[in-house]
Amino acid sequence: MKKKDILKHELVPHHEILSEEEVKKLLETYKISKDQLPRIRFDDPVVEAIKAKEGDVIRIVRKSPTAGVSVAYRIVSREIL
Amino acid sequence: MSKITEKAMIKRGLSKKLAEKVASFYTLEELKKADVKELEKKFGKDLNKILKAVGREIELEKVKAKAKEIKKVKKKKAEKKETPPKKKKVSVREKIINIINKRNEYLPSNIIDEFVEKIEENNLTDKIDILVEKAIEEYNRHLMEPLEACGMVAAQSIGEPGTQMTMRTFHYAGVAEINVTLGLPRLIEIVDARKDPSTPIMTVYLEGAYRVNREKAMEIANKIEVTRLINIAEIETDISNMKIIIKPSLKSMERKNIEMDDLLKALKKLNKVEIKKGKNEIEIFPEKENENYRELRRLSEEVKNIKIKGIDGIKRAIIRKEGDEHVIYTEGSNFEKVLEIEGVDKTRTVTNDIHAIYQVLGIEAARNAIINEAYSTLQEQGLNVDIRHIMLVADLMTANGSIRPIGRQGVSGEKGSVIARAAFEITVDHLLSAARKGEVDELKGVAENVIVGQPIKLGTGSVELAINIKKFSKKVKK
Repeated sequence: MKKKDILKHELVPHHEILSEEEVKKLLETYKISKDQLPRIRFDDPVVEAIKAKEGDVIRIVRKSPTAGVSVAYRIVSREIL
Repeated sequence: MSKITEKAMIKRGLSKKLAEKVASFYTLEELKKADVKELEKKFGKDLNKILKAVGREIELEKVKAKAKEIKKVKKKKAEKKETPPKKKKVSVREKIINIINKRNEYLPSNIIDEFVEKIEENNLTDKIDILVEKAIEEYNRHLMEPLEACGMVAAQSIGEPGTQMTMRTFHYAGVAEINVTLGLPRLIEIVDARKDPSTPIMTVYLEGAYRVNREKAMEIANKIEVTRLINIAEIETDISNMKIIIKPSLKSMERKNIEMDDLLKALKKLNKVEIKKGKNEIEIFPEKENENYRELRRLSEEVKNIKIKGIDGIKRAIIRKEGDEHVIYTEGSNFEKVLEIEGVDKTRTVTNDIHAIYQVLGIEAARNAIINEAYSTLQEQGLNVDIRHIMLVADLMTANGSIRPIGRQGVSGEKGSVIARAAFEITVDHLLSAARKGEVDELKGVAENVIVGQPIKLGTGSVELAINIKKFSKKVKK
């Protein structure tokens, strides 16, 4: 399957890379540091498809059965915890 | 001539007047073929009777249905014309969003949707401010308090119905003729993040012509399902001549859409053999130096299991019709390879192998798969667990970017605190290794504080109060 195709799959929510300003704003609103964000692996198929680099923060817009739309964030990371 | 028609019509139950009228326009033969619309124009309300008399009621129904459809379409069009108030809809939504933003609050989009609908339904546009305010208030009251033990609540909420599951467990129920592990064993499998599910299955959706046409769907099913030589041919071992005779069944070959060349190609992969192709059969000889009985037996087994067609891992494929489309269910799973096949819907096809989904579609898709699988397993057993608890579990399992099991090897085994880990399982090992490494426990979690005898840092216990005396004294002076 082509890399871009996976983004169309029902199970895959919308991913987008945050700009630096957005990241700053995000960390301020939640009063957290970058390493407190959930992670996504640098070799995750979606990360490769949207060409995100290590250290990027990704916004994930999930379809949620309870809230309709819910937004989550993950940081692209190499190390495995 | 017309009198004959008249008589015939009276015989068929028409009144004399009507029969006369009919006969003046048509003969019986003509009446049977006449255009329904024309008849309607001429006879109006009596059309029904006339058509019945000539045995054309069915047509009448058709006409009626058509008229209904036309009416419907007209209605729809009319409705569409009425929809320009849509602009209003947008404005209600925008108003709500504006109010929320002004107050710097948050409402989930589901609630906003419902709100817009209800407000329009009951014409409450002028009371929007008060209503939104109330809604925000109500929403905030239902939110979880910060530092509440949501994990504990989730564990109990899944665990309690889980005990009921144990009693009815180890039952196998099938989709079509495929057995699927259900109930507690399946739930454990999901939470433990096992690499291979005990009964992998896939639901393959199709697109385009493959979706509606059964033959086409069959084509794909044949492409996916593994066909071994034994499925399409008779295999005999001839000991006296030291050879294996393969007699392909042309019927089953045609059904599976396999050519003779495919067969020969597959056989060529065998090592150290000689292949002779006869008219209706293929003979296989072991090489001269290997010519013994044991070798022949081994070879015969190998030949039987040669894969001719299909995708590895897929043992069976069954087509089922669901609504207006054909769906293939497979026993065995190979997510990546199946998605590559033309005609397979790459947006809906799923497997119950969560690790395969993680590998092909990434961690977020795996999170969704965990939620779907766990939730449907519980639902199927008739247990209504709120999906939020399961979402929390899935969030935790996928938090570090890979799928971690809950339990000794995963989440619980990776806690920061030594005492908490020791309290969970294999106590002595954890304490010994911690002592050897010189680990420090900062007593931040729950379990370790309970053991030590301190208040735990959860809920009210997590708040520490301190008085800023300087400020306090200033106020007193004033």
